[in-house]
Amino acid sequence: MTKSVALFVTCLVDMMRPRIGFAAIRALEAAGCEVVVPEGQTCCGQPALNSGDRDHAMALAKQTIAALEPYEAVVVPSGSCAGTIRCHYPEIFEHDPLWLARAQAVAGKTFEVMAYLDEVLGWKPEGVRVDARATYHDSCSGLRELGIKAQPRRLLKAIDGLSFAPLQGEETCCGFGGTFCVKYPAISNAIVGEKADAIDATGADLLLAGDLGCLMNMAGKLNRKGSKVRAYHAIELIAGMADGPAIGEEA
Amino acid sequence: MSGFKDRADLALADRILKVAVERTAGTAEAKRAVAVDAFPDFEAARDRAAAIKDHVVAHLGAYLEQFEASATAAGAKVHWASTADEACRIVIDICKAAGAKSVARSKSMLGEEIGLPHALAEAGIGRVETDLAEHIIQLADERPSHIIWPAMHKTREQVSALFKAKHRSPHAEETIAAMAESARRELRTQMLGADVGISGANFLIADTGAVCTVTNEGNAELSLVPPRVHIVTAGIEKIVPSMPHAIHMLRMLARSATGAALTQYTTFYTGPKRAGDRDGPEEMHIVLVDNGRTKMREEGLAEMLRCIRCGACMNHCVVFRQIGGHAYGGTYPGPMGAVLTPVFDGLKESRELANACTLNGKCQEVCPVRIPLPTLLRGWREKSWREGLEPTSMRAGLSLWAWVATRPRLYRLGTGMAVRAMRMLGRKGWIDKLPLVGGWTRYRDMPKPAARTFMAQYKKERRS
Repeated sequence: MTKSVALFVTCLVDMMRPRIGFAAIRALEAAGCEVVVPEGQTCCGQPALNSGDRDHAMALAKQTIAALEPYEAVVVPSGSCAGTIRCHYPEIFEHDPLWLARAQAVAGKTFEVMAYLDEVLGWKPEGVRVDARATYHDSCSGLRELGIKAQPRRLLKAIDGLSFAPLQGEETCCGFGGTFCVKYPAISNAIVGEKADAIDATGADLLLAGDLGCLMNMAGKLNRKGSKVRAYHAIELIAGMADGPAIGEEA
Repeated sequence: MSGFKDRADLALADRILKVAVERTAGTAEAKRAVAVDAFPDFEAARDRAAAIKDHVVAHLGAYLEQFEASATAAGAKVHWASTADEACRIVIDICKAAGAKSVARSKSMLGEEIGLPHALAEAGIGRVETDLAEHIIQLADERPSHIIWPAMHKTREQVSALFKAKHRSPHAEETIAAMAESARRELRTQMLGADVGISGANFLIADTGAVCTVTNEGNAELSLVPPRVHIVTAGIEKIVPSMPHAIHMLRMLARSATGAALTQYTTFYTGPKRAGDRDGPEEMHIVLVDNGRTKMREEGLAEMLRCIRCGACMNHCVVFRQIGGHAYGGTYPGPMGAVLTPVFDGLKESRELANACTLNGKCQEVCPVRIPLPTLLRGWREKSWREGLEPTSMRAGLSLWAWVATRPRLYRLGTGMAVRAMRMLGRKGWIDKLPLVGGWTRYRDMPKPAARTFMAQYKKERRS
């Protein structure tokens, strides 16, 4: 039976790297899903939530819930946005029984894309080949709010020709932190500087992760220091789209 | 006092500080991981530790009264202080009544919190810090930068130079052992000559009235047993119902702090010297300090009262590891400090601490009592936003963005324009200078966005 799933694109993927959204659609379709992109979506509200702006976070959460609730499942190509919907929406509405029920319903059917493909659908990429050596960074929200660790690795291991170089401190924050990186740029830079050095030290060709914010932070630092490591969202490889430009490469 | 950002910048520029912090915190991180792996079901032990603390915090009044009765029955005198000033005054009065010229102090963060070193100096009472790291801090006239290793910001090379400048007969050999020997020569006589010994408490045992301290140097025992008077200053949240609870918490504390199974010295002090005892103080005073704790319980910070001051949150914090403890500006640094400092110093003065965090959740992952530190920090951000303490530029920017983002059609128009504008600033795939987010492009490049947003491309594809 075909599963009808809604793609929550995320504001960052929408603006900065649409390929990730299309890769998610491609992989989900290959896994037998029918993918819908609901019109009413913009941002999940995480920037407002993490800045302490509860009113705007609530307004954006309501908009997102209304846009996503008609669908059987919601899939998100970001651990931190999926984490916001799954873990924080119910917290936001803890004193509003009506919205709490709606928030919980959407939270319960929202999944990070790689977790959905691997855990819910039990799918693996077939016939995908990438001849490269990759290293993987575990983005914090996906790792600690949603337990995303083995799922992307299982999917990536099914890609022919791809080998892995473990990243020292793979679970250590890259220093992105949403608005943190522009509020405290010097501290953020010190953190991502160490991360970039660790990535370079792996000798990998590719840096993979599951969150565009972290990827932009790490790729931006790698480029500034002249590194040759190329960065992709893991779903791009899994969907067989590694032949396209890496982050920061012209199409 | 300079602002948080200035202090952080100074810290970031100090490469020796980075070496010092990395040596100690890095070792602690590695050793904790080994200790936790070897512990049978550490996760269940964390649940139990959190449950013990939650139970005590929920029934704090009853346990404090029980502790007072038990400690009094054991011969100690219990004092109650609702503020830092009151606590210091009580301690000074006891010292004066004892005719004390000098006190030996065994490291206590509560003492730092209430400003006891300063209060003793004002009262003209000599103070000898007996913990090795506190001794270093006292010689350097600085404040602790970590709750377990007050001198973690100093390298051994810096400590060596300090001892050579300040000790009467400093070490000749550049070895740790020789340096420790130099400190021992310096401290022993002062310790043994003190009139009063002052300590904190790691745990207060409600049913026995015992006060527990842990050290790795034995300095607490040596500074608390010989003097005539022993004064304990302890936060009211330090209470546990009975010995088995204390033992459970000790197992969590040592492993989380240093990766050791147990501290070198773990002592339970129950009352002063009894008839027939060969040693011990003649008087034992226990000052129970509130200093905002009751208020914390009432105002959504009850979970923070679980804290057993192990330091694991800061040892594993990416921000602390870059800037060290002094940059935080309060008594307590790191994630737990960022939650506590607004309680003691006011949110207006310390709102930056809650913001200077990536919310990566590592601190919560390693906390032995499962304090939801990111949630509590987000709570301070909300309070700061509500009270209008966040910068106007931030408030205006976020409000405008949210206004647009709650209007999807306008939002599509806006993102389409933003993408085109950004592309004009980029060369060869990257943007190296971007207005509004100069903090980003000062240190790293911004990838140039694709020509059209996902939503625009998707719509076009669907139509064709």
